[in-house]
Amino acid sequence: MSTTVLNPQVPAHQAQRHSAPAHAVAHAHEHEHHDTGGNTLFGFWLYLMTDCLLFASAFATYAVLFMNTAGGPSGQDIFELDYVLVETFALLFSSITYGFAMLAAQRQNRSATLTWLAVTFALGAVFIGMEVNEFHHLIVEGFGPQRSAFLTAFFSLVGMHGLHVTAGLIWMLVLMLEVSKRGLGNKTRIRLNCLSLFWHFLDIVWICVFTVVYLMGTV
Amino acid sequence: MRERKVPWLSGGLLLGAALFLTGCEGGVLDPKGQVGVDEKNLIIIATLLMLIVVIPVIFMTLFFAWKYRASNHKATYMPKWSHSTRIELVVWLIPCIIIIVLGTITWISTHRLDPYKPLEHDKEALKVEVVSLNWKWLFIYPEQGIATVNELVIPTGVPVSFRLTSESTMNSFFIPQLGSQIYTMAAMATQLHLVADEPGSYDGISANYSGAGFTGMTFDTVATATKADFQSWVEEVRASEQTLDSAAYAALAQPTEDHPVTYYGRVTSGLFD
Amino acid sequence: MFGKLTLDAIPYHEPIIVGTLAVVGLVGLLLAVALTKYNKWGYLWREWITSVDHKRLGVMYIILALVMLLRGFADAIMMRTQLALATNGAEGYLPPEHYDQIFTAHGVIMIIFMAMPFMIGLMNIVVPMQIGARDVAFPFLNNLSFWLAVSGALLVNISLGVGEFAKTGWVAYPPLSGINYSPGVGMDYYIWALQISGIGTTLTGVNFLVTVLKMRAPGMKLMQMPIFTWTCTWANILIVASFPILTGALAMLTLDRYLDFHFFTNDLGGNPMMYINLFWAWGHPEVYILVLPAFGIFSEVISTFTGKRLFGYKSMVLASGAISILGFIVWLHHFFTMGSSANVNAFFGVTTMIIAVPTGVKLFNWLFTMYRGRLRFTTPVLWTLGFMVTFTIGGMTGVLLSIPGADYVLHNSLFLIAHFHNTIIGGAVFGYLAGFAYWFPKAMGYTLDEKWGKRAFWCWQIGFYCAFLPLYVLGFLGMTRRLNHSDNPDWNIWLYIACVGAFIIALGIACQLIQLVVSYRKREENRDLSGDPWNGHTLEWASASPPQFYNFAIDPRVEDIDAFTDMKEKGHAYQRPETYAPIHMPKNTGVGFVMGMLLTVAGFGAVWHIWWLVIAALAGTLVAFLVRCYDNDVDYYVQPDEIERIEDAHRTNVQLANAMKA
Repeated sequence: MSTTVLNPQVPAHQAQRHSAPAHAVAHAHEHEHHDTGGNTLFGFWLYLMTDCLLFASAFATYAVLFMNTAGGPSGQDIFELDYVLVETFALLFSSITYGFAMLAAQRQNRSATLTWLAVTFALGAVFIGMEVNEFHHLIVEGFGPQRSAFLTAFFSLVGMHGLHVTAGLIWMLVLMLEVSKRGLGNKTRIRLNCLSLFWHFLDIVWICVFTVVYLMGTV
Repeated sequence: MRERKVPWLSGGLLLGAALFLTGCEGGVLDPKGQVGVDEKNLIIIATLLMLIVVIPVIFMTLFFAWKYRASNHKATYMPKWSHSTRIELVVWLIPCIIIIVLGTITWISTHRLDPYKPLEHDKEALKVEVVSLNWKWLFIYPEQGIATVNELVIPTGVPVSFRLTSESTMNSFFIPQLGSQIYTMAAMATQLHLVADEPGSYDGISANYSGAGFTGMTFDTVATATKADFQSWVEEVRASEQTLDSAAYAALAQPTEDHPVTYYGRVTSGLFD
Repeated sequence: MFGKLTLDAIPYHEPIIVGTLAVVGLVGLLLAVALTKYNKWGYLWREWITSVDHKRLGVMYIILALVMLLRGFADAIMMRTQLALATNGAEGYLPPEHYDQIFTAHGVIMIIFMAMPFMIGLMNIVVPMQIGARDVAFPFLNNLSFWLAVSGALLVNISLGVGEFAKTGWVAYPPLSGINYSPGVGMDYYIWALQISGIGTTLTGVNFLVTVLKMRAPGMKLMQMPIFTWTCTWANILIVASFPILTGALAMLTLDRYLDFHFFTNDLGGNPMMYINLFWAWGHPEVYILVLPAFGIFSEVISTFTGKRLFGYKSMVLASGAISILGFIVWLHHFFTMGSSANVNAFFGVTTMIIAVPTGVKLFNWLFTMYRGRLRFTTPVLWTLGFMVTFTIGGMTGVLLSIPGADYVLHNSLFLIAHFHNTIIGGAVFGYLAGFAYWFPKAMGYTLDEKWGKRAFWCWQIGFYCAFLPLYVLGFLGMTRRLNHSDNPDWNIWLYIACVGAFIIALGIACQLIQLVVSYRKREENRDLSGDPWNGHTLEWASASPPQFYNFAIDPRVEDIDAFTDMKEKGHAYQRPETYAPIHMPKNTGVGFVMGMLLTVAGFGAVWHIWWLVIAALAGTLVAFLVRCYDNDVDYYVQPDEIERIEDAHRTNVQLANAMKA
């Protein structure tokens, strides 16, 4: 299959060559054809909905398996509500501080944005640190995910949320670097917005985890 | 030229359908027990009901295609005609009505044919416990205290109440000529009720793929003519030297293919649970 | 160092596999030589592999689908010949060890790597054009999705030569698919191939939903979208709503296999039934993902070739929506025999048969689209008529299976196999082949040869009935699926007929390959100068064939469902605007390809437990992605003078075509 058959008019790379000199002039037209920011946010939101369904499958599986302790410990035996409550508040506060970061970003205040992002990061890190500690504690006691279907489901659901938060933290680091290097341009703010959606979403998921796993598990 | 071939196709279909109905001996359309008979009737009624729509649709497809072919300038041509409330109403209503009727039949028959429901019968049911192993079937007769591998013997005219489980992978316990199948799964028990109304020997299979030896996972189902025949078979099994205890069971649980029929004269009770 | 991988993993003692590998290697070598000889490597890289153009990605998806069709069909022929030979207790030539891999691979390949890429390929070529957009919302993501699909396909095919494939059936039910009963790497190939390509599919779903909802041409309301776009939109909604469930189920199975978790194990409280539920919560919507776009294709084909508007557009859209939503509450009908209560079974049986209502409505609407039309018997129309007859039968047997009482004796039998091939071949595949013939001139610039197209159709059609009607009979005779050999004289004749049918279908596939060659050689004579060879209704026909790389020089104004017909009637088509504005276009990028290949490596490493390789490949993927994120040189502008030149050339061609017609 030769070029002429596939695209007799003009191959794409040729077009690129033509366009180079006029690059600057053309920027004025950007808004006519592409509202990429809106599309990106909407697309990201849709992705979050797919993620939501992934969590839904994990929740459904947890609901099916949480009674199957196979002679091992149940939620009542291993959950420490006080500890988890501290964890929860760390994450909830990190959502609020992320909100402050977004407000600062809208005001184009770079240093305030960075500061609030740093606070958010710290709170997120506290959350993850506490979770890792909880997991470590359980595994040392012999209550790892291999012990029973209940523990499998518990570790997977909570761990999946934890992995998401970790990914969010890495993303946050990258964005902090971006903000400090490139400032708060349009593209950067769109990305901050996406992470904002992601972060609040994880907060909501955690509230469900806290309710379904910890509260209902101990009551 | 195309138009000539289209009816030829429908002719082929009819031929296929005719072959279809003649070639059904020994399968689910040749049932030998009440459950199977009910299910066969259900299949036939449902099919006939659906043919009420299916045949006209196939006919109309071929007829419209032929009648409104581009070369037929006598036929009306209305390029902008794309809506008719009356037709729309009819095309939504007809499938709805069929489905309402079929849905009702489904609801009733599903409850009637529920495999967990004991059969209404004047005789008391024979209890059999079924275990699928890789790759063979173990039948335990708790009331008789015997067990067999790959052979199921039941008296004709007596309902049989099965409890089923699996040692390893999931299988499906199925005797096509007696009716319903049911999955066997490890760590849980399912139930099934069947009856043989005619004496004979029927093929039993696993209807859910379970690994390399799956094809050979068949068993003979023998419906004895009389209760006495059944009793004498039980005695024959009892005469076997072998005992099915935990050790024998563990040995049996090892994967084998095309396992020969084996009799166990004694069974440690509670093995199934 | 190499995990579980040793030289023993290569099945050099299996003549069939070695032969296949030799042929694949030879073809690959010939291709490489040809590319080198004609100096096309650079062209291939710049214009195709790195392309973010939805039309080219579409073409590549379809090439992937056709290649996988050959692979999957080779599996089918092997199964049918095995079953025809292994009668009366004979062993046949494929021992279970090999045969079980073949039927698993056949299912996985045909569903995930043939039907899905075919559907997504057609959607890629057509949907952005039908809504008058310049590209999809996220062109780079589109390229990445494609390479993730290729990555999955590569893993499945690597398993042929290195190790083995799963021996579990394409549904991979635990505990059979668990580590205890499937200790080999086959199951791991399955998991990673599906996982990687599944993520690509999810991204495609997101991408196209944003495209359709945000990038329609000015004036096009949702209820004015072409019907194919609508059915694809429903399919995309199903994709984003169901594929995450597959991702979750596979992830759980992975944890069970790799880290000794207990989601689906027999011991310590695991529950295999949960996998079955999750699998079908994805698996059932999946079949509607495959068939709904095909319904859209039939609608387009029928309304174009009868020269009429589609009858009952609103009904069609609503019916597709109803099918999509109902598709989510029927999954339990895949396991009526698992011991659910009568109420549960009856509920799912009834919801399943309700789907027959909107489907029936669609059939009637196609009928009334033909009514008072002027039907031209082109190849796409033949596929459509073949579909309407075949699918009606498949639908009927489907409703029969949805009655739990009937399913108790037909479940897992060859009747079921006949039914779903009847709907997937007779519905989805016939649809894709209709769409292939219908849109081929749009994508490639010349029409396909009709004579070979019709031969292909008749071979497929006759072969289909010959191959699958016997399976209905065998189902009634009590033959279950996935048997390796049989010993029942009553079955033999039907097994032989089915085998002959498979070979007739093979002739159909051969005809299609010949059709491609013949059409390519006659491309000058069959060139589509007008860009509108069928007198089409929708916007894709407003462009040249193949379309200008920017699709539309100016945004089309849409005032009707049949937007292009409307323009032609009002005399708005092919109008020359006063001036052209520069067009913003994305630049091609190799990042998607790099990420796809790195993930293939990661998947391969995970299959063989080569952990350093997995970590390196994943890190590489992340770096590639970040490089892409922080690359500012990702777009360019096409200038008015160039647009003018291209558009003028197109208009000249249109006039030329009109003159030739007159």
